Amino acid sequence: MTTTTATHRGFWYRHPGLRQGGLLTAPMAWLVVVYLGSLAALFLTAFYQVDDFTGQVVRSFSLKNFQNLFTTSAYYQSVFRTISIAVLVTVLCLVIAVPLAFFMARVAPRSWRPVMVALVLTPLWASYLVKVYAWRSMLQPDTGVIAWFLKPLGLGGPGYGYLGIVITLTYLWLPYMILPVYAGLTRLPDSMLDASADLGAHSGRTFRSIVIPLIFPSVVAGSIFTFSLSLGDYITAQIVGGKVTMLGNVVQQTYVTNLPFAAAVATLPVIIILLYLLAVRKTGALENV
Amino acid sequence: MTLSRGTKILLGIFALIAGAFIYVPLGIILINSFSTNKSLTWPPTGFTTEWWGRALDNEGVRSALLTSVIVALCATAIALVLGLLISLAIARYRFFGRESISLLIVLPIALPGIVTGIALNNVFTSYLGGLTFLTLVVAHATFCMVVVYNNVLARLRRMGGSVEEASSDLGAGGWTTFRLVTFPLMKSAILAGGILAFGLSFDEIIVTTFTAGPGITTLPIWIYQNLFRPNQAPIVNVVAAALVLFSIIPIYVAQKFGSDDERAGGVI
Amino acid sequence: MHAKRLLKVAAVSASAMLLVAACGGSSGSSSSGSSAAASGGAAAETPGGSAFAGPVGMGEGQVNILAWPGYVEDGSTDPAVDWVTPFEKETGCQVNLKTFGTSDEAVKLMQGGGWDVVSASGDATLRLIYGDLVQPVNTDLVPSYADIFPDLKMQKFNSVDGVAYGIPHGRGANLIMWNTDKVTTPLDSWAVTFDPKSPYKGAVTAYDSPIFIADAAVYLMATQPELGIKDPYALDKTQFDAAIALLTQQKELIGEYWSDYTKATQAFESGSTAVGTSWQVIANLAEADGGHVAAAKAKEGATGWSDTWMIAKDSANINCAYKWVDYIASPSVNAQVAEWFGEAPSNAKACDLTTDKNFCTSYHAGDTEYWKDVYYWNTPTTACLDGRTDVQCIPYSEWGTAWTALRS
Repeated sequence: MTTTTATHRGFWYRHPGLRQGGLLTAPMAWLVVVYLGSLAALFLTAFYQVDDFTGQVVRSFSLKNFQNLFTTSAYYQSVFRTISIAVLVTVLCLVIAVPLAFFMARVAPRSWRPVMVALVLTPLWASYLVKVYAWRSMLQPDTGVIAWFLKPLGLGGPGYGYLGIVITLTYLWLPYMILPVYAGLTRLPDSMLDASADLGAHSGRTFRSIVIPLIFPSVVAGSIFTFSLSLGDYITAQIVGGKVTMLGNVVQQTYVTNLPFAAAVATLPVIIILLYLLAVRKTGALENV
Repeated sequence: MTLSRGTKILLGIFALIAGAFIYVPLGIILINSFSTNKSLTWPPTGFTTEWWGRALDNEGVRSALLTSVIVALCATAIALVLGLLISLAIARYRFFGRESISLLIVLPIALPGIVTGIALNNVFTSYLGGLTFLTLVVAHATFCMVVVYNNVLARLRRMGGSVEEASSDLGAGGWTTFRLVTFPLMKSAILAGGILAFGLSFDEIIVTTFTAGPGITTLPIWIYQNLFRPNQAPIVNVVAAALVLFSIIPIYVAQKFGSDDERAGGVI
Repeated sequence: MHAKRLLKVAAVSASAMLLVAACGGSSGSSSSGSSAAASGGAAAETPGGSAFAGPVGMGEGQVNILAWPGYVEDGSTDPAVDWVTPFEKETGCQVNLKTFGTSDEAVKLMQGGGWDVVSASGDATLRLIYGDLVQPVNTDLVPSYADIFPDLKMQKFNSVDGVAYGIPHGRGANLIMWNTDKVTTPLDSWAVTFDPKSPYKGAVTAYDSPIFIADAAVYLMATQPELGIKDPYALDKTQFDAAIALLTQQKELIGEYWSDYTKATQAFESGSTAVGTSWQVIANLAEADGGHVAAAKAKEGATGWSDTWMIAKDSANINCAYKWVDYIASPSVNAQVAEWFGEAPSNAKACDLTTDKNFCTSYHAGDTEYWKDVYYWNTPTTACLDGRTDVQCIPYSEWGTAWTALRS
């Protein structure tokens, strides 16, 4: 590298378009070909049929699967139930994560921070399935841990079912909400909060007018995790759901015997998530994930 | 922002309760790993260390653990390269469709795992000759890319382009600038992204179920098989409890190396 | 210089692909990818073509096995449980295993190709046979076949027109089980799990699979004879609708459905489930744990399962495949599998070799009378399995859709 500057700023310097193309080729080929390609292939399948006898996919175009999906009340009830679970989980995660992250980032001594972050991350390393099974012990009617805590109050445990699913999913995805919110809170400049106080705003007002707007993208980023992970889950419902099922269970149960129908069902969460992502894109939340 | 003492105490109490919510189930996992009951029935019927002993010389756990680590390392390596390339392109160039890329790259993690799983499964089995170790790595890398990308991109944005311009004004070429200036500044962000990607891949079960080839047993799959069939559920709890203990290592590394600026800001 | 730099940049953007190659290399095994099985379907009479003529010669060095978890153990689950290593030593056939969680998954995997043998339950066997995915088995080449219980041979789910399609592995009946703290009088009928006035409302359990529709059909055979159900897997529209109506009514009583038996064992032991469908192995596990449970075969009869080792139509390792099906059905191995998994062995001689001498009695292995009213899982097809030709029966794919809709 001892030649003149002119040669250093050679080919790649003179062709930024190619340089950028070079950077993008591999990842874009990966995302577009591997990922979007697979999704497209799946959604094409949603318009195919399955042969009754062999169970093989027959490539003849029709809207039968979607018709079936929207005319069977059980399915669209399942859609609404799943969305309501995902929304509830997201709200609960938010309600727990914001005050906790606020405590971690703004109240507790600075030196505690790494330890507290580590403590919040720990459950992520205990396997997903094992945690769900632990929640079976928590939720067990009569003799479970929650029931034991509630007994003195004259209440019973929530048991297995809708509420059990909501609580378990909240537990599973909580760290994914705490971390972006915490990161957002640590990024808040002290100067801005001080300025707000100097201008006479009490802490509640500062929280509403300064903190909330500034951490909004982080909250949305967290909600992408909690909402979409809940929307697609089926194993939790199998283990603590009692007889309640989610959309993921429908996909999982039908994908082997009737892939086209499973594909049609799968389009619903995809559309919901896409709409959500498009709506929040302007907040910059996607880059806080 | 000055909070009243009362507010601080309230927040502290809330944090304690939230901590209990996070740790009671982990406690149950630990307790069940010492239970004599084979089906994890609560409350435990007796105390035994048999499962810890059996887990230690269980070859299946060890090989599943190794498989998981290899898969996660491969997926992380690919995600690092791809995520790095894409974040450099986004941070340093303007081009048509640039705004859509952040949407595209977040899709694999934002769409439900079961959708990603059956979409990839369908393509791999119908058009590409079946599932292998490679299909699993490809699937994992796809959803791990986003965490690398976001961590690195955030760092690049904070760095701005001025240091790189200075480097090139001083006569360094593009590659030299990257090697001596850009890369060292991004190192901690890359590490944070890498650790997250590793973690995401390591505990993934849904996409894994649909994309792992024959005979490839990652730890979550091993756990699934052992919970859902033969009679050794407590061993699974031993494994989970041990993982929690081991998890201190990567978290310590992340904290130590990510410490130059808002470390956890870099993590996720 | 330029070329050098260009190379470097190219190297960076291509390194992703190299990583793929590196990671791919460490997998060791490549799928044989021979999914192009469609040979024109010329052999319409015996699906899957003709059986291997033999003789079974030198092994090909490997065999790709698809099995229920617990059927093929190589010591990695528990060092004491290993019948794969002796097989590999004896035959030189390296075992490559993939397990599956449901029969549907097994069929799907078989469609992908690349397998040599599969342990198929009755709700998968006919789909595999008519899907042209498995080949007839030449039982003369399988010495262990001679000792298989006669009432497991040439059944509706493992043979077509007198041609055998596999070697029976083991069997179990779906029992009625109850927690004796919650249910104080012994049960002998499914009624408490179906009757809307059941005292155990909210604490009933049922098996979470489309095949459970047959359990409702078995109950209807006894309680509504006017429906004329002869075979719970051959249901015409009216009979099928009646079964679905019964199950919809049952859903009100259900606390949980189960498909993994850790969950079922736990629910029965803790009493969160009072009564419901179960397997012998669940009852034994719960009892061994000190749970207060009991199980019995209901007087209405029961569904049951009998698994069959089948050989893939396009098996690339046919000699190793035959060696495996013979080995796994041989008395000592059959005894080991049956005890580990918790099912009745298929080989009559296995009963002398179990470590628990009461094992075969407890699982009713050779009790022909016991199995008389057990209807083994089978795959419903449009052509009624009970021989009726005046009506069309509801095929399995519709059982699947109906079950999913019921559960949603």
